[in-house]
Parts: sequence; C-alpha cells; structure tokens
Amino acid sequence: MAAITVPQAWVGPSTTRQRVMGIVFLFLAFSIWWLFGRTASGEQVTVFNLTPGASTVIVPDWQLPTLSTLYVLAMVSAVLGGVQLARGFGRWTNRVLGLVAGLFIFGFLVWAAAGKSLNLAGLINTSLSRAVPLTLGALSGVLCERAGVVNIAIEGMMLTGAMVGSLVGSVTHSLWLGLLGAILSGLLLSLIHGVLSIKYKTNQIISGTVINILATGMTSYISAKFLQHYEQLNNPGIFPQWPIPVLSRIPLLGPLLFDNNMFVYAMFLLLAVIHVGLFFTRWGLRLRSVGEHPKAADTLGINVFRTRYMAVMLGGMMAGFAGGYFTLGSVGRFDEVMTAGRGFISLAAMIFGNWTPFGSFGAGLLFGFADSLASKLAILGVRIPSEFLLMAPYVATMVVLAGVVGRGQMPAADGVAYEKE
Amino acid sequence: MDDKPKTQPRKAGKILLEELTGGPPEASRSGRLRRVLLVPVLAVVTGLLLGGLFIVLTSEEVYAAFGQGLFNGLGTSFLVAGRAYAALFTGAIGDPARIVTALQSGDALAIRRAFNPILESLVASTPYIFGGLGVALGFQSGLFNIGAEGQIFVGAILAAFVGYSVTGVPAILHLPLALLAGAFGGALWGFIPGWLKAKTGGHEVINTIMMNYVAFRLSDWLLSGPMKRPETFNPVSPTIEPTAMLPRFFEQPIRFHLGFFVALGVAWLVYWFLYRTTWGFALRSVGSNPSAARYAGMSTVRSTILAMSLSGALAGLAGTNEVLGVNHNLAMAFSSGYGFDSIALALLGKSHPVGVVLAALLFGTLRNGATRMQVAAGIPIDIISILQAMILAFIAAPAIIRTIYRLRQPDKGEQIFTGTWGGG
Repeated sequence: MAAITVPQAWVGPSTTRQRVMGIVFLFLAFSIWWLFGRTASGEQVTVFNLTPGASTVIVPDWQLPTLSTLYVLAMVSAVLGGVQLARGFGRWTNRVLGLVAGLFIFGFLVWAAAGKSLNLAGLINTSLSRAVPLTLGALSGVLCERAGVVNIAIEGMMLTGAMVGSLVGSVTHSLWLGLLGAILSGLLLSLIHGVLSIKYKTNQIISGTVINILATGMTSYISAKFLQHYEQLNNPGIFPQWPIPVLSRIPLLGPLLFDNNMFVYAMFLLLAVIHVGLFFTRWGLRLRSVGEHPKAADTLGINVFRTRYMAVMLGGMMAGFAGGYFTLGSVGRFDEVMTAGRGFISLAAMIFGNWTPFGSFGAGLLFGFADSLASKLAILGVRIPSEFLLMAPYVATMVVLAGVVGRGQMPAADGVAYEKE
Repeated sequence: MDDKPKTQPRKAGKILLEELTGGPPEASRSGRLRRVLLVPVLAVVTGLLLGGLFIVLTSEEVYAAFGQGLFNGLGTSFLVAGRAYAALFTGAIGDPARIVTALQSGDALAIRRAFNPILESLVASTPYIFGGLGVALGFQSGLFNIGAEGQIFVGAILAAFVGYSVTGVPAILHLPLALLAGAFGGALWGFIPGWLKAKTGGHEVINTIMMNYVAFRLSDWLLSGPMKRPETFNPVSPTIEPTAMLPRFFEQPIRFHLGFFVALGVAWLVYWFLYRTTWGFALRSVGSNPSAARYAGMSTVRSTILAMSLSGALAGLAGTNEVLGVNHNLAMAFSSGYGFDSIALALLGKSHPVGVVLAALLFGTLRNGATRMQVAAGIPIDIISILQAMILAFIAAPAIIRTIYRLRQPDKGEQIFTGTWGGG
C-alpha cells in the first residue's frame, strides 16, 4: 500500500524540485532560442489568421515579426527560470511551468509558420472538437474512479456507443434516438463492468479488459456482417452546427465557442454539472467518500455497492455518449475500431487532469491540440514526424504519473473491491 | 510443499500438478486434476455455447426461418450454429475424410494440404504461447502487464531491423541475434514501466497502456520512413535475410516453423526460472505478499523491474516470432490483438507455464479455425474476440460458472490474481 501513502505525504514543493523546475524553465528558454530563433531570419513575418474556416465574422490577421517575437518569448522564459532559481514560485510552480510550456509551444508555432500564414483560429477550433470525445471519455473515468472503480473500458464503451449510435440513428432516421441508443449501450456495458467488479469482485482491470475485447469483437463483427453490406444501416447523418444567435457574432470567441454542434455545448454543460455535483453536493461527497475510504463511508450508512453501481452506470452512459460523438457528431458513419485508442487517451487525460472534470478538459484540450497540430505539420513543411506529436499525450501522462510535475491525487480506494464485513 | 518428508522420489508430473493446483497433496490425483480443470473447461464450453447463440442471433437465415414457423426456425438455428462450428473444426484441425483420402493416395502435396490446418493452428498458437507466458510471468509477480501489445511491436521492430540490416552472417549466428534483439526490444518496453513502478510508484497498468500507444506511433513512423522498403509506397519493411528466418519444416503450403519448439523451450525455461531458482522464488513471493517478501529481505524494487523486463522480453519474442517465422517483414498492425488476447489466456492458464501453453494452443486453434469459418460460413473472424471475452469473464468470475452449473463454492483462494490499482 506504499503507493497510496506517498501522495498524502507530499505537501509542498521541495527545494530540489524547485531547482529542477528552474533549470527546466531555463532549458525551455534556451530551446526557444536554439531550436527556433537561430534558424529564423530577421525579415521574416509570421501571420496568424484569426478567422476560422467558414466563419463570416472576419477578424484581421495577426502579424508578428518572427525573430523578435521568438527573442521576447525566450527572454520571458529565461526571466521566469531565473526567478524560480533565485526565489521559487512555491505553490505557483506548476502554473508557471504551464505558462513556460505554453510560451514554448507558441514559439514553435511562430517558428513553424515563419514567412507563411497559419490559421490559428482554425487550429484552436479543431483542437476543441478533438477534445470533445476525450473530455467526455475522461468524465466517464472521473465518475467511475472517484467512486473507487477503475474504468479502463472507456475505449470499449466508446466504440460500442459509436456503433450503436450509427445503427440506431440510421434505422430510426433520428439522430436523437441514435444518441439514446449510444448512451444505453454504454450503460449496458457498464452493467457488465459493475456486476463483474462490484458483485463478483473481479479484478477491475480484467473486467475492463473483458469489455474492451468484447466491444472490439462485437462491433467489428456487426460491422463486417451488416453495416458494410447495407449502406442504409450505417448512414445516420450528423448533428448540425447550432450557432447561438447573438454570442456567435462575437469576434474571435464567437465562432470558436458558440458556433458548434450539440456535443460541444453538452460537454461544457456536463463539465459544469459534474464539477458542481462532485464537489458541492451531498451526492458528490458520498460518491467521493466511497472512493476514498469505503469502510468509513459504510459505517456512516452510505450504501457502498449502490453508490458504486450508480457511478459506474453514469460513467458508462457518459462513455456511450462520447462514442456517439464519433458517428453522430463527427464522421456520420461507423468504421471498424474507429475510436483508435481515444478511450485510452481519455484515461490519460483523466490522470493528467488529476481526476477532476476541468482538469480533464484542460488535458483533453492539450491532447486535442497535439492531435490537430500533428495533421498541420506536413502542410507547414516542418520536418518533425507527426507521430512524435501524437506520442506526446502518452509520454506526458507517464511523466505526470511519475510525480515529476507534482503528484496526482488518485482516489485512495481506486481499484479496490469492497468487501462488506 | 517441500517441507514434507519425502518417502519416495516424487515424479515430475506430480510436482507439477501440485504447483499447478497449489493445493494440499492429500486429495486424490484425479480429484485435484478435476478441481483445476473444471472451471476453465466449463468457461470455454459456456463461451462456445454463448458464441453459438450470438451467431444464431445475428443470422438473417434464422430470422427468415422463424417466419415460416417455430420448428423451422429452431431447426435452422441449430443448423447455422452447427455449420459454423463444423467450419471452425475443419479449419482448425482438418477434415478427417480428406486426411484419409490424402494418406491413401500417397500424394505428398495432398498430404501436406490435408495436415496443413492443424499445423497452421500450431503456427497461430506460437505467438500466444510467448505472449501468454509474458503476461503470466507478470501476474506471478503481482504485476499487470497490459502492455504486451506494445512490447510485441517493439520486439518485432528490432527483430526485423536485425533481420534485414545484418547481412553476410551465417544463420547459426544471425537467427539467435535476431531473436535476442526482439527479446531485448520487448524487455526495454517492459523495463520502462517496471522501473517507473519500482522507483516512482507510477502504476504499471497505466504506464503499459501508454507505452502501447507510444510503440504503435513509433512503428507507424518507422514504417513510413526509416524502415520502409525503398521500392514501394506501402508501409512495410524490407524482407529479412533468409539467414534470420526461423526454418520451416515442410514445403509449401505448410508454414509450420521452428518457432513453435522455441516457444515450448521458453515455456520450460520460464517454468524452471519461476519454480526452481532463487530469483524466481523471490519474484513469486513479491507477487503473493510484498510486505512479507520485503521482510524476508527480498528486494521488491529489483523483483518488479526484473519481472516487467522479463515479461516484456517474452512478449517481444511473440512479435519476433511473427516476423522471423511467418511474415518475414514488419508491416503495420501485424499483431492484431495478440497482446490483449494474451491477458485472457494467461488467466485461463492460471498463470502457470503449462496452463499457458494449453490455453495458447486452444486460442491458436480457435483463431486459425475462425479464419476458415469466415470463408466457409460467412461468420466474421471477430467472433473469436467475443468468445475470448466471454471465456475471460467466466475465468475471472468463477462464481458465475459455479452458479450456472450449481457447483459447490470453493473454500477459498480461487481468485487467481488480486493485485489492485492503488498499488501494493
């Protein structure tokens, strides 16, 4: 149980960590200069377009002199590094790390688009839409794991949700019924997870693996046997863009935030609801107490099993909903193993986001950004293989998990089956 | 088990059985065998029955027949399921009638073709043996290596690289070198999560999942550039040198190769390591009770790192085997789920090398048979994933099987693997 006590013992940043962080900041500052600044010439200008694709709200382009921008970025990072080494930012260290990392990424964009133009708004827009399934999947993980049930089956639930969503949506000619089907299929799989891991006390990883293998087999089977032969069974259409009347006319922010399809708004709504629900209601307190110390919760009269079942079922519905995004919100048809590991990136986003809804969203956005940037690299003519950017979420999660950037607060009883005495 | 006074030299098979059951030697031999095999066998049988039901439920033919009357429908149901499993059987074992005719005719090619299915099942079982051993070794030391899939890829990458880039070396050197390279690749991919677990407490389940995807992206990149065959646009590596290939025993079309016997040898080595060496004992002790092992002076850090590296090496050999024995090159997505299936079969084999080999033979046979079933009966090959998931569920929750068949509940200790997420 040593691994559980470590995060509790960790109270504040140690001096070694402070120094290491200072060196990291300086290293990033140096990298901005060495990797980007050296190869940029003085006359180059970087142009960022701030009007996403089809938007009618035109915002003037943002023009930056490449070299001086890079120097400013490097200098700011270096100063932050110096301050960190001399004084230390204390509790703010991680936020400053985020800032410096952000400056580094911005430096990269400025360098990559030197002498060219890059549609920054479009990039952010794609990041947001790629973040939707990741965030929703991570929310599924948050719900389950906060109650002490590990859910590595997000991938399988998403995949099934995607398939059922497409099938039901096509058969009934109703996107909403398709979505309902997706949610219910997630619920059904979560019941398997719940019965195996809560009732039969199967190891939760194994039970999750069962669902993942089952979901891959089942969806590919049905796809190969029916969906590929009968086009009318796999053509549900997608939810349209719903621009919100006044808000979508706001320059820059409007097209990004208020001109999306239903899933994006639902994601923001669910984020808020789950955040408030988990941290500000009795329901949430009970759910979390079951995940932290089920025996104590049981002593206080909380039904551990019922709470866990409920959490797992809600998580399953969430993952099914996330799966619906792939077919009903994005592609408009089901293809075999179309989630392609996004369920596992969701898991990573949940960990990266420290088991909190908004943290997960932040991580989802970051991973979505890496994803959308990866597809832009070739267009920009950058000679970095896009695969390395696609690896970034996984590597970042391992770094976070190793405690390099401060240790996450995993629920204490996460993954431990509860035995009532 | 060994503290009992030995009145007579015990046979190896008996010792094996005791270790397999972990049970006291009082019960009769057949009783113990029954206890060990009962739940796995029933799990497989139940899985196959439910799989048949699934095939029936997704068959248009059956629904059409039910339209013509109940008995018609029921009859067609049995027909459809029977036809599917008959195709599975002939695909996996071979057609008995054809074997007899071939033997009578004495035509060498016909005989090879008739025996091909069963040998092809052994070919399909080989990576499962390696992968299952890897996952099982992890289980034995209390670690959940869910990253076999990634380790398979990295093992395959290194084996393929050594296979085509080293030239002019005799097979006696080249083949072992390629095998070692593959094992090393897998070991590296297991070492990293093992080291992270031991030194930082980062959970190996999450880390191995992450390592899986890092490995996939790595192989995507290598196959799209550095390791791509120069003359084509397909993401596939150059063909390996003949000196690095695992030799095949028969002429075309039989692909049966030395890898199968290498796998059996490795299974024996794993058995010997786990049950006959101090390090193996330490590994199992840390797996069953880490605090007691630590108290006894065993290093959990060393044991964890060693176990994950070895586990990875074994999984890496699964990928190596596919490259050196079957494909002779590295292609994208060549593994198709061997790593995840290995988890199921390691549990089915109760994490014991002998059990793993048996379970791997079963899974390989199913996989090979399903290929034939797809062609002959129009059942998508993905049916085996469904079967495997159900078998895994029943193995992991034996209480379900016991409830279905109204078996006596065991006293205790049926749970094979009880490691948890939170550490320990």
